[in-house]
Amino acid sequence: MIKDSIPEKIFGRVNVLLLILLSLVMVFPLYYVFSISLTDPREYLKGGIILYPRGLTWDNYEYLFSTPLFIRSIGISAFLAIVGTTLGLIVTSSLAYTLSRKRLLGRKIILLLILITILFHPGIIPNYLLIRELGLMNSLWSLILPALSSGWNVFLMKSFFDSIPASLEEAAVIDGCNDMHVWWRIILPLSLPALATFGLFFAVAYWNVFFNAVLYINDFKKWPLQLVLRQMLIDSNTSAGGGNILEEGQMVNPQSIKMAAVIIATIPIMMVYPFLQKHFAKGVMVGSVKE
Amino acid sequence: MKKVLAAVNPGNENPSQTRMRRRMKIIFRDRYLYLLALPGLFFFLLFKYIPMWGLVIAFQNYSPYVGILNSDWVGLEHFARFFSNSDFYILLRNTLAISFMNLLFFFPAPIILSIMMNEVRQVVLKRLIQTVIYFPHFLSWVIIAGISFIMLGQSEGVINSILSLFGMEKIPFLTSSSLFWPMLTLQNIWKDAGWGTVIFLAAISGIDPTLYEAAKMDGASKLKQIWHVTLPGIGNVILVLLILKLGDVMDVGFEQVFLMGSAAVSNVADVFDTYVYRNGVLNGEFSYTASVGLFKSIVGLIMVMGANKLAKMFGQDGLY
Repeated sequence: MIKDSIPEKIFGRVNVLLLILLSLVMVFPLYYVFSISLTDPREYLKGGIILYPRGLTWDNYEYLFSTPLFIRSIGISAFLAIVGTTLGLIVTSSLAYTLSRKRLLGRKIILLLILITILFHPGIIPNYLLIRELGLMNSLWSLILPALSSGWNVFLMKSFFDSIPASLEEAAVIDGCNDMHVWWRIILPLSLPALATFGLFFAVAYWNVFFNAVLYINDFKKWPLQLVLRQMLIDSNTSAGGGNILEEGQMVNPQSIKMAAVIIATIPIMMVYPFLQKHFAKGVMVGSVKE
Repeated sequence: MKKVLAAVNPGNENPSQTRMRRRMKIIFRDRYLYLLALPGLFFFLLFKYIPMWGLVIAFQNYSPYVGILNSDWVGLEHFARFFSNSDFYILLRNTLAISFMNLLFFFPAPIILSIMMNEVRQVVLKRLIQTVIYFPHFLSWVIIAGISFIMLGQSEGVINSILSLFGMEKIPFLTSSSLFWPMLTLQNIWKDAGWGTVIFLAAISGIDPTLYEAAKMDGASKLKQIWHVTLPGIGNVILVLLILKLGDVMDVGFEQVFLMGSAAVSNVADVFDTYVYRNGVLNGEFSYTASVGLFKSIVGLIMVMGANKLAKMFGQDGLY
């Protein structure tokens, strides 16, 4: 190892400094939102930059948790995340596992057909009409079913299952297991860490679902959290959709309440984030680019 | 092949029958495996392939009351109407402008960032920076929009508050047509530049460390090492991601534009998807907007296949 020269040391220091500065810039908006969410609305109206919560109060959060529509939308989003993730993992992992078995006849054709779905998207209208024809409008299934799998997810999971040796399942087959038993009793338990990672990605996607909800859910009683949030943040003084979203007679929600809602929507993601991060480096993404 | 089969099976069955039988045998042996694939295959058929078939309505006057099978065929009428519409040029301009802004400023951001991160020696610090810059990727566009309003707003926004504190003029980030595209690019960078480094950092860690040693021996400076070792080392990954991005050139995130657009910027914020949503989903012009969507998809397909071919011509691996 050759020692760093002085210019290289300077390079290193400047580099680190820039990155720290950048991280601060990245984190500042979230911190700012957080401090507004704990600020008394009357204090907020006095204006100025709120670098720390002024008139520290939990009122904004208490207010949100006393509004039925908000509570319900959290319940709906949690339902989507739990049911969608469970079903999505089953559907995607079973298909990905089968496609990772090289002895499967027709494997190449199926892989090609799935690649095509990555390259060509039919667009909004055919999907919209399909959901309508299936009678899923205003049903939460319209948000769960179309997102159960995707070409990328299948390829990602497949490249993970590729690394499980065939000898493992051969042993199980000799012991009298059929392929479904092998998948359920051997492959899935073995893949739990990877499945957990995929599951977290699924859960975040379901928690954040917005576009499909805009398309398919008109009944504001069935709105997931993101739609309610949007209504609060953007349309709070128009009466589209469910009228004034939080309370009759209140024209505009104070900024501090909006920001409390943003924080509440962010907290579940913050909670799963450490687990997500644990797996970043493990190469879940690495094999994915090339398929 | 046929000869071989005939030699193996001297009976009076013809070879194609034998092959058929052998295939059936294999399929029967793997019957549980096929059963396992069934839900997934059904999903792809229903939610990916049936919508592709549904695109035929782009060539019809589709009416929900008579259904796809009984609607009148009109050929390319909807396409002709779309291309002769002055909206088309505005949509195309906005979409391409937003895409190329992203390609130019957002695409290189994670590459630069990952090269910078790779030079950080302190492991704990590196972890910390990663934790911070990955996080926004997981936030929904609704949350990002909410944060943007509070940061960039005219009257209450932080940046404008700071500007007016110093006696400078306020900047109408959210309501100015000329700032709308840069604002979208900035949002993209804030949300995804950090996350984008995951893949490049992985690629950089795969570079043979002896290459750096050799470069150092030859007296190459840090910048020269980055230029001559790091960048070529991740060239293929950059290329693959660029191909994917080119395929998405017609796809500017609907959610982002839909949330950030307002009456003040509608002239620069209308893209293909918002147009399809407005005229198709809200106004029920299904056939017309399906043709707009089909046009978009075909251009996307041509872009990604063309870029892939180009990559292969330059001796790179490409996407598929």
